[in-house]
Amino acid sequence: MGDITKLIARRLGFGLLTLLVISIIIFFMVELLPGDIAEAVLGQGATPETVAALREQMGLNDPALVRYFSWLGGAVVGDFGNSIVTGARVTEVIGERFINTLFLAAYAAVIAVPFAVVLGIIVALLRNTLFDRVANVLTLTSISSPEFFLGYILILYLSVKTSMFPAIASLSSDMSFPELLHRTFLPALTLVLVVTAHMMRMTRAAIINLLASPYIEMARLKGTPPWRVIVRHALPNAWAPIINVIALNLAYLITGVVLVEVVFVYPGIGQALVDAVSKRDFPVVQACCLIFAATFILLNLAADVGAILTNPRLRHPK
Amino acid sequence: MSDKFKNAPVLLKIKDLRIEGYSEETWVPIIKGVDLTLHRGEVMGLIGESGAGKSTIGAAAMGFARDGTRISSGSIEFDGMELTTASEGEKRALRGARIAYVAQSAAASFNPAHKIIDQHTEAPLHYRIQKRLAAQEDAMELYERLRLPNPKEIGFRYPHQVSGGQLQRAMTAMAMACRPDLIIFDEPTTALDVTTQIEVLAAIRDIVDQFNTAAIYITHDLAVVAQMADTIKVLLKGEEVEQAPTAEMLDNPQEEYTKSLWAVRSFQRPQKARPQGATPLVSVQHVDASYTGGDKVLDDVSFDIHEGMTVAVVGESGSGKSTTARVITGLLPPTQGGVMFKGEALPPSYKDRTKDQLRQAQMIYQMADTALNPKVRISEIIGRPAQFYSGLSGTKLKARVDELLDLIELEPSKYYNRYPPELSGGQKQRIGIARALAAEPSFIICDEVTSALDQLVAEGILKLLDRLQRELNLAYMFITHDLATVRSIADEVVVMQHGRVVEAGPKDVMFTPPHHPYTDLLLSSVPEMDPNWLTTLLEERGVDNVGEAADV
Repeated sequence: MGDITKLIARRLGFGLLTLLVISIIIFFMVELLPGDIAEAVLGQGATPETVAALREQMGLNDPALVRYFSWLGGAVVGDFGNSIVTGARVTEVIGERFINTLFLAAYAAVIAVPFAVVLGIIVALLRNTLFDRVANVLTLTSISSPEFFLGYILILYLSVKTSMFPAIASLSSDMSFPELLHRTFLPALTLVLVVTAHMMRMTRAAIINLLASPYIEMARLKGTPPWRVIVRHALPNAWAPIINVIALNLAYLITGVVLVEVVFVYPGIGQALVDAVSKRDFPVVQACCLIFAATFILLNLAADVGAILTNPRLRHPK
Repeated sequence: MSDKFKNAPVLLKIKDLRIEGYSEETWVPIIKGVDLTLHRGEVMGLIGESGAGKSTIGAAAMGFARDGTRISSGSIEFDGMELTTASEGEKRALRGARIAYVAQSAAASFNPAHKIIDQHTEAPLHYRIQKRLAAQEDAMELYERLRLPNPKEIGFRYPHQVSGGQLQRAMTAMAMACRPDLIIFDEPTTALDVTTQIEVLAAIRDIVDQFNTAAIYITHDLAVVAQMADTIKVLLKGEEVEQAPTAEMLDNPQEEYTKSLWAVRSFQRPQKARPQGATPLVSVQHVDASYTGGDKVLDDVSFDIHEGMTVAVVGESGSGKSTTARVITGLLPPTQGGVMFKGEALPPSYKDRTKDQLRQAQMIYQMADTALNPKVRISEIIGRPAQFYSGLSGTKLKARVDELLDLIELEPSKYYNRYPPELSGGQKQRIGIARALAAEPSFIICDEVTSALDQLVAEGILKLLDRLQRELNLAYMFITHDLATVRSIADEVVVMQHGRVVEAGPKDVMFTPPHHPYTDLLLSSVPEMDPNWLTTLLEERGVDNVGEAADV
């Protein structure tokens, strides 16, 4: 097991390094944007004096490198500075919204991951049958349709015509958990439709890829029933690619929800990002980008570790 | 039919079996009407070259057609049940329970994700023959009968934690799990070293005897089948050539094809002696080597190769044969010692060697399939080294490629523009030889060049290499684990074990006793055509001193 701990520690180290590089890119890309932040904040009525005063106040006269390190130092302890627009702390602006986004992602993932993997196993078992083709066509259709389109279709049929679910997923703090699930069902379902196809197809492909292996033939020649050949003999060896695709899709559930949040007016981090970009609220933009990057890196790390843990050669060294 | 089984009930009766394979959008016949009758307790050896359809018939005996093949006509009757018309469910109920299968590569045929014993007990549990604990105890008992070390514990390991020979025995034990009436052995020892092969053969024979199990034993090795089978059936390209009881078949084969198979081992070229006082062409001197950070894989390896001579390097897998080749070619710089070429020290890494030093030593590989780029024309595969080392181009290059194709006995006009996948195994290996020759070397390393080939094809390659040696005065380092090949072509022999040279000398001396104990073990482990060879050997060595067990 010592080897695995070392391996995980190394991957974690690389992850942090990547994050550092990304932080540099995020910070300096914002620097490169045309125009002066102070002027942008003050808008049309800015006089040279007020601009200079604001620059002084915001510390914009310091060299970029100094500002980067003070920003990074703050970010490490969770302090991303203050919003330029409202003056509120960035953590306050996006903190609650990030939790909302995580909730929606978790909601969608809890449905989509088991659904996609089980469906993948079933179509692998029934490969090249009508069921396989229909499942493929349907999931492909859902992945090829834009999310806002899917969202509006769901709203039309499940909300407007049948009133089963609310079209607007606004939240309030005094909602009960079942009510919360009911209120956010449509955005979650939209996300499920978007991510299922990818995971299902990878599960199918990874399993079918293994069916030519000698140990699969051996299992068949031992009289093992087809479903058991797939679930017990192929699936345990197919996890690595499946886990990777799951991780990618989970990351997408967190970082790619902007459209869905807009369609359902859901108070998540995507909405915050859109607002911040349109108002040139750079501290918020930087914080969002850094959180997204960290999410991607963490999930990929988890996928790597998962792939390692499902490999018996690594789990049980000689 | 062997008299011994005349009165035993018939277990398997195959009549006019025809099987087709799907290839290039049409169904082509693979098995063209084969009959087979197997009695209870009888062991039938199926032999033939690759493409003879041995494995296909073996699978068909279980009512199983591999993906891309179909049983097109004929009948397969197992103990009164017709398998060609049986439903999938009915056939599945036979597999594992009444007919079991032992595959060629146990390492690939055990599922890497599960413990050995869990795979063993899968069938008995599925058929509800035994409860888990009873099935596990039975497995341990079978492991003990098959003389696996630590029979109580070994099953709880994963396949990759167990050696190849042990895995092959564990697979035989697994086939026995439900005490089937029939076991199909599909080349069960082909992937093993000779010393390991013996214990697997002995184990298989014992267990088949003990339970009076009938078996179909598929192999291309005549000497092996002579030990195992009561009856031998010879196949060629999906058709039966002849069938007879083992002793009769060995003493008195009827058909020309069978005779040619028997005669394969006769090729022998005269042994050459070292030239007196000459500087060796290649001299490996006190070489130690290891792969990054690992243990020593070579330990003080020294031997010489003289101009125009063939030195065979023999040993089991893991003995350091191929690593030595990597050191000589500069792919793996040694940690100690070095390689001399015509008395001059070669730089340890190929990167520091001159073009002329590089051209002198070429390699031919075991798997011509993977050693040739399938997307590149033959003319380019051979032409590139000629271009690189000799700077030829245009018509001169074409002339040189034609000349090389002539040398390897492939008609230039026919093969010049073809791609490797269009060629047979033997032809591909010839292209590999031509590629090595294109550099105009004085020394070629042949790494198991014949082990992936059928005997007749291998014979052709050996003859070709011999002719080229005489015409071009080449020196060969011949890496092999096949002692029959050594006998036929070597001048000198180097025996390696655990990264050390155990013994070295001229071939006639090496094949005459007294030997080093390890050389003796290797030599005596090579199966011979005598059907009593295994029995005699086991008596001599004692049951517990076989193969791997003898090492420990």
